Amino acid sequence: MAKITRDEVAHVARLARLDLGDGEVDTFTEQLARVLDHAADVEALDVADVPPTAHPYPLANVLRPDEPRPCLDRQAALDGAPVVEAGQFRVPPVLGEAP
Amino acid sequence: MSAVEIAAAVRSGERTAVDVVDEHLAAIAARDGDIHAFNLVTADEARAAALAIDRRVAAGEDPGPLAGVPVALKDNLCTAGIPTTCSSRILEGWRPPYDATVVERLAAAGAIAIGKTNLDEFAMGSSTENSAFGPTRNPHDLTRVPGGSSGGSAAAVAAGFAPLALGSDTGGSIRQPAALCGVVGMKPTYGAVSRYGLVAFASSLDQIGPFAASVADAAALYEAIAGHDPRDATSIPRPAARVSEGLGQGVGGLRVGIVSELLGAEGIEPDVAARAREAAEALESAGAKVDEVSVPSVVYGLSAYYLIAPAEASSNLARYDGVRFGLRVDAPTTGEMYDRTRTAGFGAEVKRRIMLGTYALSAGYYDAFYGKAQRVRTLILRDFQAAYERFDVLLSPASPSTAFKLGAKSADPLTMYLNDVCTIPSNLSGDPAISVPFGTGADGLPIGVQVLAPSLGEETLFRVAAALEAAAPAA
Repeated sequence: MAKITRDEVAHVARLARLDLGDGEVDTFTEQLARVLDHAADVEALDVADVPPTAHPYPLANVLRPDEPRPCLDRQAALDGAPVVEAGQFRVPPVLGEAP
Repeated sequence: MSAVEIAAAVRSGERTAVDVVDEHLAAIAARDGDIHAFNLVTADEARAAALAIDRRVAAGEDPGPLAGVPVALKDNLCTAGIPTTCSSRILEGWRPPYDATVVERLAAAGAIAIGKTNLDEFAMGSSTENSAFGPTRNPHDLTRVPGGSSGGSAAAVAAGFAPLALGSDTGGSIRQPAALCGVVGMKPTYGAVSRYGLVAFASSLDQIGPFAASVADAAALYEAIAGHDPRDATSIPRPAARVSEGLGQGVGGLRVGIVSELLGAEGIEPDVAARAREAAEALESAGAKVDEVSVPSVVYGLSAYYLIAPAEASSNLARYDGVRFGLRVDAPTTGEMYDRTRTAGFGAEVKRRIMLGTYALSAGYYDAFYGKAQRVRTLILRDFQAAYERFDVLLSPASPSTAFKLGAKSADPLTMYLNDVCTIPSNLSGDPAISVPFGTGADGLPIGVQVLAPSLGEETLFRVAAALEAAAPAA
């Protein structure tokens, strides 16, 4: 596996919605490379015939009865939001200019 | 006074809960300025809760098994109407609309929440230096870290600010600070304690667990919080194991395996390995059959963990986008608002883990990193299962070193990550484990020995921990 590059770090930052300065991109490139170097031991293992484990305890299809029941009050859900309008979360324009 | 003794005294009317709470608030006022175990001390709420307990006792009611016992809560556990920050700027000032299940259960048991403890931001770290609100210091030596990420909870118990505390453990975040602060810290079986209301870091690894000054107190706290909760889909549908009754049964006939790979793992200090060997000898003297055991794949635990945990974190922390809670940094468009909010709100370590996880999950690398780490997780599960065919419990160091100086490991992330080498395997396997104080290093600082048990083996785990505690050299 080739070492992680500066361009890849900048790309990953975009995916993760983080604005990294040039200095941070350099630092993260070096630090992530160190961690990924350590992970070379895992990368080198031949485990193709081993099934993956996503979760340590075998539970599947945990469902509750399909019955209406009380839930969090709308106002309580909105109380922690930075900007609220008319009982909804308000955000800046998603597409183009504000009307 | 232990938590169990306090509860007995409050239930019998011998002591008031108000007196107990005031005594602990005074201890906090005297020393927490130096230690900084707490992000928030909820003195008024604690006094009001104590008064209510005393009234119930006066009315002839039993307020529960932890009546009047102050408990410190890691600040990633949701408390209705009380700020819950995860020691992050991005959640500063946010007040959750509900209580975590463990918080409800503590109140139902008569315990009194006394405050919210400091942590590495979003529980990412091993020293509590990654808190946005400044580090916690080790009560044994203020120039040293308490460990992490639940460093505030460990320090609160070690300093006598609260007899009990809750932490969360994703890769060792209860057991490692317990070891460094000289207290007992336990990670339950994954699914034994509800995660409802625990702010998520890595959902397939996170577990809430107890801190206490003694094994008996930790057992009492475990019993109060464990058991099925329909609000957590990963909660195991069975009642909590009763672990207190068996504490005095001893270890006669139990088979104890000391894990060779963890005794010789990267960075284990000689004093730490020596105490683990002495702990094994002490159990042998107490009647256990002790042998070394190889659990070969645990050597891959650290690498697998630092792919899986960041991957899950990168997904879980996508919710901090300035829309529904916490910080928002304004911008002309929603996309830019996301970027500015997350960039301003997260600290360096959280960004590093999000980056690492996003990379491990990204196109072209998913199979090589995340997929492979999940297969290694299967190997670790299998190796533990094989070991538990021959042994009832396993033994290892809890932390590679005693408490280190502030700043000593913060320059290089990988050096910091190595602190978790002994604790990570049980998060990957989902099995329970506990750190028990066992002697000190040449530096006079506490050392913890880790006991590991198979899935849902809490009863045996606590029994062995009690035997180790009884055999431990005086601190």
